Amino acid sequence: MAYGSFVIQHDISFTIAKGEIFVIMGGSGSGKSTLLNHMVGLRAPTAGDVLYDGESFWHAEDEERDRLRRRLGVSYQAGALWSSMTLAENVALPLETFTTLSAKQIDELVSLKLALVGLAGFEEFYPSEVSGGMLKRAGVARAMALDPDILFFDEPSAGLDPISSRRLDDLILELRASLRATMVVVTHELPSIFAIADTAVFLDADTRTMIALGNPKKLRDESPEPKVRAFLTRGEQSAGGNR
Amino acid sequence: MTTVERQWALHVAHPTPRIACVELGGAWRKDDGLPDGGDVWREIETGPPVHRLTFDASRVTEWDSGLITFAVKLLAEARARAIDSDRAGLPDGAQRLLRLAEAVPERQTGRAGERPPWLARIGSWATSAWAEAASLLSFLGEGILALGALLRGRARFRTSDLLVVIQDCGPRALGIVGLISFLIGLILAFVGAVQLEQFGASIYVANLVAVAMTREIGCIMTAIVMSGRTGAAFAAQLGTMNTNQEIDALSTMGISPMEFLVLPRMLALILMMPLLTVYADFVGILGGAVVGMTMLGLGSMEYVEQTRGAVSLASFFIGVSKSVVFGVVVALVGCLRGMQSGRSAAAVGLAATSAVVTSIVLIIVIDGVFAVILNVLGF
Repeated sequence: MAYGSFVIQHDISFTIAKGEIFVIMGGSGSGKSTLLNHMVGLRAPTAGDVLYDGESFWHAEDEERDRLRRRLGVSYQAGALWSSMTLAENVALPLETFTTLSAKQIDELVSLKLALVGLAGFEEFYPSEVSGGMLKRAGVARAMALDPDILFFDEPSAGLDPISSRRLDDLILELRASLRATMVVVTHELPSIFAIADTAVFLDADTRTMIALGNPKKLRDESPEPKVRAFLTRGEQSAGGNR
Repeated sequence: MTTVERQWALHVAHPTPRIACVELGGAWRKDDGLPDGGDVWREIETGPPVHRLTFDASRVTEWDSGLITFAVKLLAEARARAIDSDRAGLPDGAQRLLRLAEAVPERQTGRAGERPPWLARIGSWATSAWAEAASLLSFLGEGILALGALLRGRARFRTSDLLVVIQDCGPRALGIVGLISFLIGLILAFVGAVQLEQFGASIYVANLVAVAMTREIGCIMTAIVMSGRTGAAFAAQLGTMNTNQEIDALSTMGISPMEFLVLPRMLALILMMPLLTVYADFVGILGGAVVGMTMLGLGSMEYVEQTRGAVSLASFFIGVSKSVVFGVVVALVGCLRGMQSGRSAAAVGLAATSAVVTSIVLIIVIDGVFAVILNVLGF
């Protein structure tokens, strides 16, 4: 992973199991969102590949890559809803583009997706007319529109109050349980990490590589890396000789 | 002929006469042309009245949102018919999703997407037009106050910002203003030549081009080009700043956005518009001269002398004075639309469009007002 000649991270390798909630964590500037961009197909890695069910994403033909993309749903940090469309139109667009469903069926699906994220009745609102938390939830509804196998969340709790943040965590857990989808979450919010993650990877900004992989509670108690323990205890446990 | 076999199976069973059990099988995916609940209810209505609706999805092999929307429809209809429902037979994940969808009741937002009646639309259009005019006038007032602050030496803005805007709306606009004016001069002379040649008065093409360019066309075309080029840019810049709360940050620090953002832009256009107009006048006259000398065979000195005789100092200064007013209009409207912009990408686009449309309309209206006033004054 690099921007020009500046390497952000190297030697990143991990496997995410089906139905797992996988958290990408690390300090600011460690390359968490860049890694997510590589995984969802926004930026090609400088070296290496991303595999879905063993199928190469970055070495695939364009058509094959588009098919793989439709198996992914991405919820962006600030919702990234299209501002000229209502919430319903935002969720409906992927359905209109990639399915042959009738307008009535699409309306029903849109209402269902918005109801799942607690936004029933807000179909006709524009993104500028709803709060930040609602924008994020509408972004989740849009990400779920095509019933993806894998859902990606970029900083879902950032900028939310603790209660809304907790509700979003609960929503992620509930969606995983009911949709049986795999979830990949980029976050540095400790309560979220402990509440939702089955497995987590820690990206280190200094050594520019991953220095821990495993269950976050286990990493907090047993990781040999002082930096990881310090991160997971908000620095209350000393980071040893590290800065 | 091959037929696509449907993947899903649906049957309504009656374990007891009062219970209808919806038996589902196969794959229930939204793309597979799933049934709507109507078939189920038609089937139920053929038998004795039912008091309870149950599901049996034990033979469902795959499902997605399609199954949930089908179940939602059946459950809603059951509620409407006062029939009990039991969803325990649905797949576990589907039951959880139904609970999640029902966890937050639908908010009655009063937003149905219906158009209001025509009288209400006219009323709201009239009130918004009035509010629009009031905001434009109050913005103009604030702009004049900011100019007053500048004259008293109390206006706060960065000189470097002013110089950057001057460079952007002065020297960098020379190319487009020159091109448009040259072509307009050329077209005016060409159209005039065709008419005047019939009367043997070809030499008056020089008068036509010179008077039209200096008094009207030079300043109007410059103002229209600048509203499309610079006014739209002001609206987009300030609109984006508004989206990023940069304008709020200035206000909370006690720095007037009017002085810091609008004043340099207004000053730059007040200073540059007359210069651009003089430049446009000359280039337009040059365009006319090209037609005069090539098409009509007029001599260059002859054309210049005719032009000198035609242009009065008053016409020239009328054009230049109007350009100052047009500069204020383009700057103020661009900045106003930017500051009024909503906080989204679409709103910034609308602000830029609206800035151009409003400036052009105002430029033409103000030019008309000038024409009437100057006529009364005898110029």
